[in-house]
Amino acid sequence: MSPKTLYDKIWDAHVAHEAEDGTSLLYIDRHLVHEVTSPQAFEGLRMAGRKVHAPEKTIAVPDHNVPTTLDRAKGIENEESRIQVEALDKNAKEFGVHYYPVDDVRQGIVHIVGPEQGWTLPGMTVVCGDSHTATHGAFGALAHGIGTSEVEHVLATQTLIQKKSKNMKVEITGKLKPGVTAKDITLAVIGETGTAGGTGYVIEYCGEAIRDLTMEGRMTVCNMAIEGGARAGLIAPDETTFEYVKGRPHAPKGAQWEAALNWWKTLYTDEGAHFDKVVTLKGEDIEPVVTWGTSPEDVLPITGVVPNPEDFSGGKVEAARRSIEYMGLTPGQKLTDIEIDTVFIGSCTNGRIEDLRAVAEVVKGKKIKDGMRAMIVPGSGLVRAQAEEEGLAEIFEAAGFEWRLAGCSMCLAMNPDQLAPEERCAATSNRNFEGRQGYKGRTHLVSPAMAAAAALTGKLTDVRELM
Amino acid sequence: MEKFTKIQGIAAPMPLVNIDTDMIIPKVFLKSIQRTGFGKNLFDEMRYNRDGTEIEDFVLNKPQYRSAEILIAGDNFGCGSSREHAPWAIADFGIKCIVSTSFADIFFNNSFKNGILPIVLPQEQVDVLMKDAEKGANARMTVDLEAQEITTSDGEVISFEVDAFKKHCLLNGLDDIGLTMEKADSIKSFEDKAAQERPWV
Repeated sequence: MSPKTLYDKIWDAHVAHEAEDGTSLLYIDRHLVHEVTSPQAFEGLRMAGRKVHAPEKTIAVPDHNVPTTLDRAKGIENEESRIQVEALDKNAKEFGVHYYPVDDVRQGIVHIVGPEQGWTLPGMTVVCGDSHTATHGAFGALAHGIGTSEVEHVLATQTLIQKKSKNMKVEITGKLKPGVTAKDITLAVIGETGTAGGTGYVIEYCGEAIRDLTMEGRMTVCNMAIEGGARAGLIAPDETTFEYVKGRPHAPKGAQWEAALNWWKTLYTDEGAHFDKVVTLKGEDIEPVVTWGTSPEDVLPITGVVPNPEDFSGGKVEAARRSIEYMGLTPGQKLTDIEIDTVFIGSCTNGRIEDLRAVAEVVKGKKIKDGMRAMIVPGSGLVRAQAEEEGLAEIFEAAGFEWRLAGCSMCLAMNPDQLAPEERCAATSNRNFEGRQGYKGRTHLVSPAMAAAAALTGKLTDVRELM
Repeated sequence: MEKFTKIQGIAAPMPLVNIDTDMIIPKVFLKSIQRTGFGKNLFDEMRYNRDGTEIEDFVLNKPQYRSAEILIAGDNFGCGSSREHAPWAIADFGIKCIVSTSFADIFFNNSFKNGILPIVLPQEQVDVLMKDAEKGANARMTVDLEAQEITTSDGEVISFEVDAFKKHCLLNGLDDIGLTMEKADSIKSFEDKAAQERPWV
């Protein structure tokens, strides 16, 4: 048998039908659903008189629109947001899928809830009407975002019409230096490949620096595979993965656990398997990074300066000129001279317990800069509870952070958490697009530790100077 | 789904690279639970001032491009989120075909589900079409899906590739859920086999 990549193995285990031209019906093991991209899909089912094919494999949770302020029990003020959340509530009940409503302590960002509850397991196929579904690839699950028509297709048939992507290997060799995190890895990779570099590929991340990451860190890396254009990111499951999964509410137990483990241990890329593209970065070369522009590929080490548009070529010259103007920056300006108005810590990229611990380590016993707006939005109600139990919440509040309830919040600002025009934010989220965090808002993507450092100094800051 | 066979229409040039889904349809417009009505907010932040007046030099506000049916775009069009609201807004505006050197994966798939034909061409050919589009309303291009050809206003013919299955669905306006349901037996036998092999799923 010819050697296979991890992607090949998961793909082969899920093909329910293959046409001569390679168009396949890929069977979906877990379908995650949130309120923004699902109402039209459920309505489509209703109009056609169709049922959800496998409600037991479908998990719904509202996250994008939910308020994260402590008074959210009083309801959602914005009428359209409220209607969307109510629609999910109604659809989840009517179609009988698993559901974590707003007032359930397990509610949170769908990509944090899935792994936390043990829905996401190695070797699975996972989809959601959300591009950051790539997160689940950290478990060695083939996971990617789909559009609403495809959401309806999966609801109705539990399959997706797919053609196989190409294989890409991203290897991070060696060790990371102190102050460098999973977020810096994933941004550095996008800086290297560009936002279209992964288009048409499924990425497998490997190498010592990836192996050394916790599950939280691996989820951060895979989460942003989509920002590099890849359909999905994967990391082969290992003891770190099994340790994380074991005992979760929906993880297999007893004899089933043993059977699952036996299969999971076969999920790795065989020696000599073919990759269509290989990218290698040295772990020790990666610095804490920030984005300066309005594309996640606009990445520079924090020690750098704002580039000159003329340094680029092709269409990127105009794009860079536009970005620099939008961001209110000057070519040659030191990144550490950029003043910050707001710090946002949270999102499916960096809203897990380890991210919050990293923040606490930097801000413990200190105060955020006067006048700084700084909020920490945990990724789920359970992350919030754990942070409170570990004493992190006290550290945050003493430092002057707002300590919020779980949701997507200012990552995409569909709820009331938004930037004002020209307000500048250091954010641990995943997109720095124009208007992403609010109309004319300015976003610099950073790691949780770097966001914490910026909150203290009021500027983009090299966290290593505070360590 | 509406069929796509052949269109002859005005092409609008948008050479900017990395046009993302937040530019195509900002999140404030994602709160509808309908599939229609997004066209008026297509490219909202690039197209309108905060007071609702039009930004004159935005391409789709220029008189010659207001009824464009084809978009010639910079690299990596549609990157970002999975929101199908992006192709819904594009289709609702009246654009039926987009040409670029590359598209983001999810956007590319979503387009086909909404009767929009995304065409990938090499840079040199996109450059030819971009120049043609810049001529304005007198330059009408023809996109023929059956023949897989674009004809510029000067009569230059450019061939393009398209996945055979996706072409078939577009030409016939097929709902692919119906097509998949015809394969219910394959799905059932896969499920039976998977239940044996991976009962924990």
